[in-house]
Amino acid sequence: MPELQPLPAHLIGGNFLLTETDPGRVFTPEDLTAEQRLMAQTAEKFMEKEVLPHLEALEHQEGDWSRRLFRQAGGLGLLGMGVPADYDGLELDRATIVGVEEQLTRLGGFGVTCGAHSGIGSQPLQYFGTEAQKKKYLAKLASGQWMGAYALSEAGSGSDALGLRTKAELSADGKHYILNGTKMWISNAAWADLFTVFARVDGQQVTAFLVERTFPGVSTGKEEHKLGIKSSSTRRVILEDAKVPVENLLGGVGKGAYIAFNILNSGRFKLGAGAMGAAKEALRGATQYALERHQFGRPLAGFGLIQQKLAEMAVRIFAGESAVYRTAAMMDAVFATGETLAATEPPFPRGLEEFALECSIIKVACSEILDDVADESLQIHGGYGYTEEFSAARTVRDSRINRIFEGTNEINRLFIPGLLLRRAQRGRLPLIGAITKVTQDLLSPAPLEDQSGEDLLSAARGLLGNAKKLTLFIAGVAHQKFGDKMIEEQEVGAALSDLIIDVYLGESAWLRTAKARSTRRETSVLADLTLQFINDAVGRMEGHARRALAALSQGDELRAQLGMVRRLLRWTPLNTVARGRSIARRLCERGSYPALLAAP
Amino acid sequence: MKILVPLKRVPDPDTKIRLKPDGTGVETDGVKFSVNPFDAIALEEALRLEEKLGEMDIVVVSIGGEASIEQLRVGLAMGAQRALLIKTGAALDSLAVAKILAAVYQREQPDFVLMGKQAIDDDANQTGQMLAALLGIGQATFVSRLELVEQRTRARCARETDAGLESITVKLPAIITADLRLNEPRYVSLPGIMKAKKKPLEELELEALGVAAVARTTVLHYEAPPSRQAGVRVPTVEALVDKLKNEAKVI
Ligand SMILES: Cc1cc2nc3c(=O)[nH]c(=O)nc-3n(C[C@H](O)[C@H](O)[C@H](O)COP(=O)(O)OP(=O)(O)OC[C@H]3O[C@@H](n4cnc5c(N)ncnc54)[C@H](O)[C@@H]3O)c2cc1C
Repeated sequence: MPELQPLPAHLIGGNFLLTETDPGRVFTPEDLTAEQRLMAQTAEKFMEKEVLPHLEALEHQEGDWSRRLFRQAGGLGLLGMGVPADYDGLELDRATIVGVEEQLTRLGGFGVTCGAHSGIGSQPLQYFGTEAQKKKYLAKLASGQWMGAYALSEAGSGSDALGLRTKAELSADGKHYILNGTKMWISNAAWADLFTVFARVDGQQVTAFLVERTFPGVSTGKEEHKLGIKSSSTRRVILEDAKVPVENLLGGVGKGAYIAFNILNSGRFKLGAGAMGAAKEALRGATQYALERHQFGRPLAGFGLIQQKLAEMAVRIFAGESAVYRTAAMMDAVFATGETLAATEPPFPRGLEEFALECSIIKVACSEILDDVADESLQIHGGYGYTEEFSAARTVRDSRINRIFEGTNEINRLFIPGLLLRRAQRGRLPLIGAITKVTQDLLSPAPLEDQSGEDLLSAARGLLGNAKKLTLFIAGVAHQKFGDKMIEEQEVGAALSDLIIDVYLGESAWLRTAKARSTRRETSVLADLTLQFINDAVGRMEGHARRALAALSQGDELRAQLGMVRRLLRWTPLNTVARGRSIARRLCERGSYPALLAAP
Repeated sequence: MKILVPLKRVPDPDTKIRLKPDGTGVETDGVKFSVNPFDAIALEEALRLEEKLGEMDIVVVSIGGEASIEQLRVGLAMGAQRALLIKTGAALDSLAVAKILAAVYQREQPDFVLMGKQAIDDDANQTGQMLAALLGIGQATFVSRLELVEQRTRARCARETDAGLESITVKLPAIITADLRLNEPRYVSLPGIMKAKKKPLEELELEALGVAAVARTTVLHYEAPPSRQAGVRVPTVEALVDKLKNEAKVI
């Protein structure tokens, strides 16, 4: 593989763990232009006026509502946002697209329909297709005239995606590949016109194919009965001697894994971004209900425990959202270099691959934030939340899938430390040097910088810096003990992931606030949300660190290491009760999450 | 043909309105703003006329600060060809606005003006009427159906009045004000937003227009309406009738 061009420090995937980022370099939602906001508003209105009023019909898959609204979304430009203008797309950057897609996911199932189409359904073609293939299909997908789907999973291979068994054999005349096998759990299967199908050529090399629904030998199974996202379609795709023209082979024979995994990076990012949209919607519903419902002569919003829930939701959404926009712009920047990786034919953009780690972080963190927000929103609704009278119950059902598809959260948690190590071994990330240095620094008796700090935000930044050191230190201890067998130590790997996730989200929130401070007159809400997140993260991080170290060391060594954990994570707990109440009060005054952030 | 469509920046109808504690006005920080919904209906009608009759010059105009550019961009994204911002920071009342629009009318010489019947912020419902009077041209207000007739020299309009629908024909140029049922405005599509970037948007200081527009009315104080009391459930129709008669005293 040719040498990769060096990227600036803040654009190297995973490098946030080794360096400090300048707030001026991050993109935040506050930086969105009027135009970008206007685009999101179009999607917002479309959801409110066209989609949500047909909730019942959509959830029961009555008539052709899904397809019809999908087309309408296409007409408004909502389905080809990332596609190049040459193929009738809008060529918008990710930071813009996120704002729009956050609206579409307000109805989980419809969000999956649109997301599976414009993400995993269209992107294999967009990023790995030849000119001729893109000419033939991409504009149709971008306009919503056609619907796309992605068929990787099989009954026997889910997490172990490369365990797939579907076969592809070249026909005698060399004009077609003949595909045989059954794909499982395929989103959009009922309506899709084009499937990206992964199969083994001659039973060996994993390869991607563009398969039209109408090709002979292609059919779909019956609709799955799902827990949630009922307005989306999930079916098997059955290939019985399916005839696929050779020119529909994507990216080269044996290049399927590159395609599958790099598309998943983008899919994971989109999933996380969409989850934040759903979470904001759930918080809006919870806030409204807490204001309207009275018990003991007071609105629910007047009770401390309800305020605590509302504040916690806002705090975690803030951190997740900050990470999403930060990453969106980093991806945009690497895409903008135009650099490609020559692993496939034609080569694919580096931007798709560079932030694999950040995409996994966002997938795990945002899907779990959404689950917790949905759950607490239902709780605030009490008995009514358990019925279908409000959307809270549906949101709980809809949100749950996000921890399963696009790589389960377990698989993503294992991927994070694994990827760091691989990048280090390939010389793309100076991880080993950083671990060595941190280990030496920590073991030397020199006192640590005092983090008590004049102001809380700088103390918080100091804490994040220490948390990075701690993460690297534990990674070093684990690597020393297990070497390359570390992959089998899943619990330790996941603890490292959880540390990394809190560091990334906490830092993203911090950077966002710091940036806003330098440009806006009043940022007390942003600061409160950031401090509350980091404060809560300290407890979580300490737990992960202790659990990992206790599995790695013992006796005096362990005690010394735990002492270091305490020193590194030294932090005087904030009054989260008072701060939470004030966040909740402002949230209730403003009525919704985005309004909470506007300057008072 | 040229149609002039004024667009006013108003708090979004779905936004929660809060008053400044001292009652001098509405809290604007953190409030979402939109094109006045009646103005959007007026613009939509202009766009539909264009779709039906062929190319037109649709000019949107707004009066106010830089922030109103946002609403003009919406107008351009919906399909207007050109936008004009009359820049002023002054507080204006309906007559002042009508005077400014009259000057814009003289400058632009449109075939007619299509505007909202009222703005949802102050609900004054008089700017269109005043503008027609200032210009000495005809008017059709509260229009819910519009058709250009007699080689586009007249507009046949259905007006929504208290007594029912009234059909009138006005000679152009005229001021036509849009009612709710005239149409349902289109979405601002994403391609539309991209195209709007390249359309001309002219900014003009109010002074440059040569009108002295001074508000003759001042608002002394804003007060929120009393918040709604909790409702009660009545067990029977009789109980309801009784309450309506004796408690609410409405029947
Ligand atoms: C509604 C829905 C829509 C979907 N849409 C699509 C689609 O459009 N296209 C597509 O290709 N696929 C799709 N999928 C499939 C989805 O990606 C898989 O379900 C997912 O990858 C998990 O695979 P699995 O179901 O086989 O679970 P398994 O892989 O059997 O996993 C079961 C459990 O074991 C855990 N586990 C597995 N391996 C390990 C390990 N090595 N270490 C530790 N824990 C492990 C998992 O985390 C999980 O908790 C969809 C699934 C659903 C439910």
